[in-house]
Amino acid sequence: MTALLEVDRIDVAIGALRLLDGVSLAVERGQILGLVGESGSGKSLTALAALGLLPLIGGRVTAGAVRFDGQDMGAMTDRQRRALRGRRIGFVTQNPMTALDPVQRIGAQIDVVSRLHLGLSPAQARARTLELMTQLRIPEAAAVAEAWPHQLSGGMKQRIVIAMALAGDPDLIIADEPTTALDVTVQAQIIQILGALVRDRGVALLLITHDMGVVAQICDRVAVLYAGRLAEEGPVAQIFAAPSHPYTSALIGCIPQEGMARGTLRGIPGTVPGAAAFPSGCRFHPRCPRASDLCRTVVPPLTGTGPRVACHHPGGPA
Amino acid sequence: MSAPAPLRALRRPLGAVAGLWLALVLLAAVFAPLLTPYAYDVQSLPDAYQPPSSAHWLGTDEFGRDLLTRLIYGARTSLSVSATAIAISVFCGMVLGAAAAWFGGWLDRAVTVVVDLTWSFPEILIALILVAIIGPGTLGTMIAISVAYLAQFTRLTRAQILTLKGETFIEAARSLGAGNAQILFGHLLPNALAPVLVGAMLATGDAIILEATLGFFGLGAQPPVPSWGGMMSAGSALVFKAPWVILFPGLTVAITVVAINLYGDALIAALDIRAKLRTGP
Amino acid sequence: MTAPLIRVEGLTRRFQTGGGLFARPREMLAVRDVSLTVQRGEVLGVVGESGCGKSTLARLVLRLIEPTSGKVSLDGTDLASLSAGALRRMRRRMAMVFQDPYSSLDPRHTLAQVLAEPFRVQGEAPPPGRIPEMLAEVGLPASMAESHPHQLSGGQRQRVGIARALALRPEFVVLDEPTASLDVSIQAQIVALLADLRDRLGLTYLFISHDLGLVRYFCDRIVVMYLGAVVEVMPASGSAPRHPYTRALTQSAFVPDPAQRREIAPLQGEIPSPFALPPGCAFAGRCPRATDRCRVERPVLDADPVHPVACFHPH
Repeated sequence: MTALLEVDRIDVAIGALRLLDGVSLAVERGQILGLVGESGSGKSLTALAALGLLPLIGGRVTAGAVRFDGQDMGAMTDRQRRALRGRRIGFVTQNPMTALDPVQRIGAQIDVVSRLHLGLSPAQARARTLELMTQLRIPEAAAVAEAWPHQLSGGMKQRIVIAMALAGDPDLIIADEPTTALDVTVQAQIIQILGALVRDRGVALLLITHDMGVVAQICDRVAVLYAGRLAEEGPVAQIFAAPSHPYTSALIGCIPQEGMARGTLRGIPGTVPGAAAFPSGCRFHPRCPRASDLCRTVVPPLTGTGPRVACHHPGGPA
Repeated sequence: MSAPAPLRALRRPLGAVAGLWLALVLLAAVFAPLLTPYAYDVQSLPDAYQPPSSAHWLGTDEFGRDLLTRLIYGARTSLSVSATAIAISVFCGMVLGAAAAWFGGWLDRAVTVVVDLTWSFPEILIALILVAIIGPGTLGTMIAISVAYLAQFTRLTRAQILTLKGETFIEAARSLGAGNAQILFGHLLPNALAPVLVGAMLATGDAIILEATLGFFGLGAQPPVPSWGGMMSAGSALVFKAPWVILFPGLTVAITVVAINLYGDALIAALDIRAKLRTGP
Repeated sequence: MTAPLIRVEGLTRRFQTGGGLFARPREMLAVRDVSLTVQRGEVLGVVGESGCGKSTLARLVLRLIEPTSGKVSLDGTDLASLSAGALRRMRRRMAMVFQDPYSSLDPRHTLAQVLAEPFRVQGEAPPPGRIPEMLAEVGLPASMAESHPHQLSGGQRQRVGIARALALRPEFVVLDEPTASLDVSIQAQIVALLADLRDRLGLTYLFISHDLGLVRYFCDRIVVMYLGAVVEVMPASGSAPRHPYTRALTQSAFVPDPAQRREIAPLQGEIPSPFALPPGCAFAGRCPRATDRCRVERPVLDADPVHPVACFHPH
């Protein structure tokens, strides 16, 4: 099966700063790919590249290609890319509080997507909107459709944003930290809804998150990004069972768990470097417990067939 | 450590040009006696109505006085009156606005009502009424201008303090036991200062026009002390006979006001960069 | 058991919002009749979702806002009884670390000025050499003393916030979601730092968080709040939750282990508006165990000395 979304060794730059360096990912239909990393690792940038929205922030793909359903997005016209977004690619943003237009009723904001992309009549669009809202377990959908954004809670707004992303009947959903702004019990609801969507509709989901717990819970594959490069990529079960990259195991180790003795949680020393000061060699080496002279000078290539890892000293937990 | 904002504003092309002009005008005003070969108040009727020449770069007026000399001395009057008036206005406005925002309650309501009332009259009207009461002259103009702009700075300061009051670092200071005075003078006013100073900068441009207007009506500095408005007033009767008499003071006012605004814009831009850094990535 | 360092009794805070010419002001109880104690050297966690009143509780305990009723005492002294001057001197003994490291430092101050403020507020100057020492204590280089907050990362700023709180060697520190706006990797660093400082300086913490996993890792006892009231006080971190809400919170947290995936039955519905509290148990509308009694009668914290819970049908 060929991947629906294929990010093929892309470099992304803003001005003279090269922010992404040879990032490759693939998402298939009916599959959830988790994209993880600390802030500043390039997660959102990868999403923007996949959406063809880099020009919004003054960025551009300088090498490699993004292919959607086999077509090179870089070779498309703006018009073609626009037609793709909303129709075949849905986008769920991080902050549901600002993603909705405050002066439009909820229903109208969802209607417009299917009218624009599917050519539905207003009545058909509204019927579709109510159906989607019901699927997302929004109680009293008809009443909520007539409500204004400020009348809804954060969790409800995020469901509306997901409904908007689904309204064009997309094949791929890109969700950028969809639950970060929400309470834990509401986060659990939203994650379940997203998981069910992928199972029931066979859509592909690129889920950007910083939470390894969320990845373990619903993702099929995971890609770990660090300072603009892929550190490790592969099936969730294998990677969580035996993370090869020290950064992956460190990220997993940052989550406090039941029965962990106090003092065992140490975090990762230091911070993600800025693009203007990426270290030489492996970019993780200043924070890495396994770093050697080799790591300081030579960029580790991404190798492996199952899980792929970019590390000179791969292995079990550090 | 980066340079302070007023210097960074000069790194922008428009800010640099504007800053250069303002520096020129300021230096000319300060060193007026050293720069001018003529006296601003000695009449020499045989030299009246001379067009610009090598002896009188900008020509002479109806009394034969050198126009450039009078413009330079006029800069002293216009700039010092406007700047002093705005300084008074900023000081009183900050005290009133800070007190209203800090104490709230009836004081805030009273200040707000008075400010809103004065806000609904044009500045020129307020200034005219005040000059009518106090009497024409430099002092009257100064007081009139400062009262006319008081509402603006009271509002600005009040809004700034109200926003800052909600910042966590104010709560943090409270949690350490800081008193009202420590919070007001240690945190609130220093943080409110930058936007108020930019506002003051821009208002100085308006104040120069207001000063010139009052001068034009004969209510500003009294002859023979030159002011830009007074010179334009005198020139208005000579528009056809000696157009330079009104042209050069008018141009000077216009260029100076535009320069102040351009420099103010550059200053805002320079300060904004800092504000962005402050809120983090 | 010795006398607790902090004793909170019947603390209640009512807020009024709105109200104008045509609208009646609306009232909400942000904190409802909360009683708790913090033992010397203990880390007491307070956990709950947004709007549960945990941040208001933090501010009430430090008397940064005034309670509507109830009282807080530190080492036996009722904070409400203190004069302004005495309260300021008392602030040497208690401090707070705030959630947002971006707005909790004055952008115009250098770190040296930020760290000198606790001393200046008490009318003192920081002893010579103390500022670099404070920076070192939280793992920052002394060369940063002249930096401004905007030059620091979020984690570094939070370290400064912690150094400021510890400047006068307080006994009691309220930590109001100190890691909520940081990356998990930085969160773990900060929590490790807080644990080290507690051991070294013998601190007592009130740790406010929305993250039950983090609280269970870090705290000795855990107070669970829902809509302004305490629903459960869990003893040691290993104990199983008794209140259905706490149980739901536990199940909502995802474990970073795909082998432990669970088919969660997420809580239905969302937190009711604090302006319109239901008459019975505030959780009844979302609770799988709710009965008619729960909808009309409000449960109170039972008298269990180890593991009290406010529920008619606890686990």
